[in-house]
Amino acid sequence: MDGLQQFFDAYQTTIGFIGLNAMLALSVWLTLYTGQLTLGNAAFAGIAAYGSALLTMKAGYPFPLALACGALLAAAVSLPLGATVFRLRGVYLAIATLAFGEVVRVAILAIPITGRGQGLVGIPPKTELWHIFASLLVIAYVCARLRISTVGRAWAAIREDELAAASQGIPVRRYKLAAFVLGALIAGWAGGLGAHFDFAIQPDEFGFARAVQILVFAVVGGIPNVFGPILGALLFTALPAVLQPLQEYRDIFQGVILVLVIVYLPRGLATLLELRRTARLRTVGAEDVA
Amino acid sequence: MLLETSGLTKRFGGVVAVNAIDLAIAEGQVFGLIGPNGAGKTTLINLISGHLRADGGAIRFADADVTRLRPDQLARRGIARTFQSIRLFKGLTVLENVLVGRYVRSRSDALASLVPFRDAARPERERARLLLERVGLGKRAGAFAGELAYGDQRRLEIARALAAEPRLLILDEPAAGMNPTESAALREMLRELAAEGITIVLIEHDVRLVMGACERVAVLNFGRKIAEGPPAEIQADPAVREAYLGVADDA
Amino acid sequence: MADQIYNAVFIGSIYALFALGFTLVFSVLDILNLAHPALFTLGAFTALFAMQQGVPAALAVLVAFVVCGAAGVILDRVAFAPLRRRNAPPLSAMISSIGVSLILIRLIQLQYGPDLQAYPAGALPAAVFSVGGLELDTLRTVIIGLAIGLMLALTYLVRSTRLGRELRALAENPRAARLLGIDVDRAIAATFFLSAGLGGIAGALYGFATNSPFSQMGQSFELKAFSVMIVGGMGSIPGAVLGAYLLSFGEIASLTFLPSELRDAFAFGLLFVVLLVRPRGILGQRDVDRV
Repeated sequence: MDGLQQFFDAYQTTIGFIGLNAMLALSVWLTLYTGQLTLGNAAFAGIAAYGSALLTMKAGYPFPLALACGALLAAAVSLPLGATVFRLRGVYLAIATLAFGEVVRVAILAIPITGRGQGLVGIPPKTELWHIFASLLVIAYVCARLRISTVGRAWAAIREDELAAASQGIPVRRYKLAAFVLGALIAGWAGGLGAHFDFAIQPDEFGFARAVQILVFAVVGGIPNVFGPILGALLFTALPAVLQPLQEYRDIFQGVILVLVIVYLPRGLATLLELRRTARLRTVGAEDVA
Repeated sequence: MLLETSGLTKRFGGVVAVNAIDLAIAEGQVFGLIGPNGAGKTTLINLISGHLRADGGAIRFADADVTRLRPDQLARRGIARTFQSIRLFKGLTVLENVLVGRYVRSRSDALASLVPFRDAARPERERARLLLERVGLGKRAGAFAGELAYGDQRRLEIARALAAEPRLLILDEPAAGMNPTESAALREMLRELAAEGITIVLIEHDVRLVMGACERVAVLNFGRKIAEGPPAEIQADPAVREAYLGVADDA
Repeated sequence: MADQIYNAVFIGSIYALFALGFTLVFSVLDILNLAHPALFTLGAFTALFAMQQGVPAALAVLVAFVVCGAAGVILDRVAFAPLRRRNAPPLSAMISSIGVSLILIRLIQLQYGPDLQAYPAGALPAAVFSVGGLELDTLRTVIIGLAIGLMLALTYLVRSTRLGRELRALAENPRAARLLGIDVDRAIAATFFLSAGLGGIAGALYGFATNSPFSQMGQSFELKAFSVMIVGGMGSIPGAVLGAYLLSFGEIASLTFLPSELRDAFAFGLLFVVLLVRPRGILGQRDVDRV
């Protein structure tokens, strides 16, 4: 028992980040499952992180309300953004969302109340581990059930063939937008939880590198189902902690794993969990996103 | 008239692919559209299904102007189609393809699906299975659409289109790549569908299929309609023989 | 004013060199090579290593070109070729290149650490001369001239040589290129050598100009390069050059009405607007929204 307690104390931060990263990975999974490559979720997390932290710090909002407001703010921003960028596809869509993320980062640097480059310090540490994992459970459940609903089938149809999907009566733009906004909401919730878990936030935490990292969680984990992104987040968050003694080489490990997975397990680590041949065939990965 | 086009025109650069086409297709009719390759048949279909925007003219469907509607809006109004180059959802199962085809007929179960252990899609799945039985794919429900043989893929595409219970079914070369047995079965199915009152527009190279299944046939050549009438009349038309059937006779 | 124009020309030349390599790989193979910034950084550090061994600066640039070019070819063999063989879509290659980038940057850090470095004292020209009252330093002027020369050379290579014709055929249609008897593997290797080599030269030159190479120096260029490529037209070589100077002049001009911390917002705002108004960019020919 004592050993377990020690383990938790030592790795509390890492365990928390596993949950937070898993939520972010699921947030980008929604658009990937629809066949769209977007890189705006780090920025949505940032918007909600700053929004909710400022609400608890400066406006005295209760924690849950601040979290909800932050996530809603991110979703509210994603709606007009999605409505404009979803006329683009492929790399163009990815770059447009990436540019949006950088605009957010620069905007945070420019607004004095955010503490600019120094970051926002002294955020009340309200987030408990169970908040993170209860949220993850709910989000993973919702995503998993949506996947097998009419909505999930419509998303899959859009991923497989957009034009044919439209011929079945699916309003393609609206479904893409729904996946994007729901993703922003989830990213926002995770961002708010993260801000109150970590005491301080900085604009760079929500930039390009972070957006790419979130994408890597989801793609390396695999996107046939919700377990892939969670697995990817677990691996890439736990690995650096496990490799602490080899800290200098850990980027190299991560890079090698990334290349190996893409080359040899193109549909992600989730492939390893699928034992039946048919199940393996039906997995969806980077291979299926244009 | 269920479907009417008037002066429908589409240009690609300098080429007029569809040139002032007037069509009038009555409810319940099986209407054939033939013509040599590049005559503009598929372009015309893409205009009617909303995949292309017309440069001129109008389309009316079920007494409403639908010229500027998107494909999904047209599908909702009852137009379903198949594609010349089969466009199935290859990574989804045969059953899932049909379920997606039922999109306009099924209510969203997004919220219902959140209730634990509830299988909200069950009634829809039953329906989809029946449809698959009908086109002879009942045993392949769990296979991936991409794994099916060519003829089976064509039949699945028809099943997917039928799943929407359309008022107008557009089939773009459904017999292409089918063997004579499959083609005969298709002819039988078209007759059944016509008996059920579905209006069908059939584009086909298989002259026997067109002449056997259609009540009325229009012939396109270089984007223009050069003839229209009952099959027997069309077969006798000298202009048609020259433009199209003559070539077929030689072959 | 003249001083600012000089600055804009300088930074625009670096943007252009960086983006040219980036856009070359994209135009030929449709890959967004996210390891390009790492190759840029590798160029700066290769030159540093060479000069620490006593190699003169001019030769060090050449060493950077060759070493980075070779690294680019290896990168392709390791991270992209296996994907190409099974026709994987562009996203896979992009993720794979992220992995290579992580490895390269860390290898550089293992050797030189994460901090700012400096080139050996006296190894770089420090002379300043003045033209019509404008103070110009020799180093930057040489860099500008070299960059423009390289742009012209690349344009000539792609437009008028056999290799260039092969690359254009490959970009148009890989299968047809193979049928035409083009040695596709060789042409792809040449693409990566040129792309990475140019990136390496850009890194070395920028490292010289700032005299403070560091392991993350490629990062901000990566984002700017997206802007350059989109504005000029994805995959277009003249587009990349035009986009680079438009961006550098725009950034300098924006300083007159934007506070300096918002300087980066200009690049991304411009990128965003161009994507929405004209996604194919100013000189792009590709139809990005075909059905």
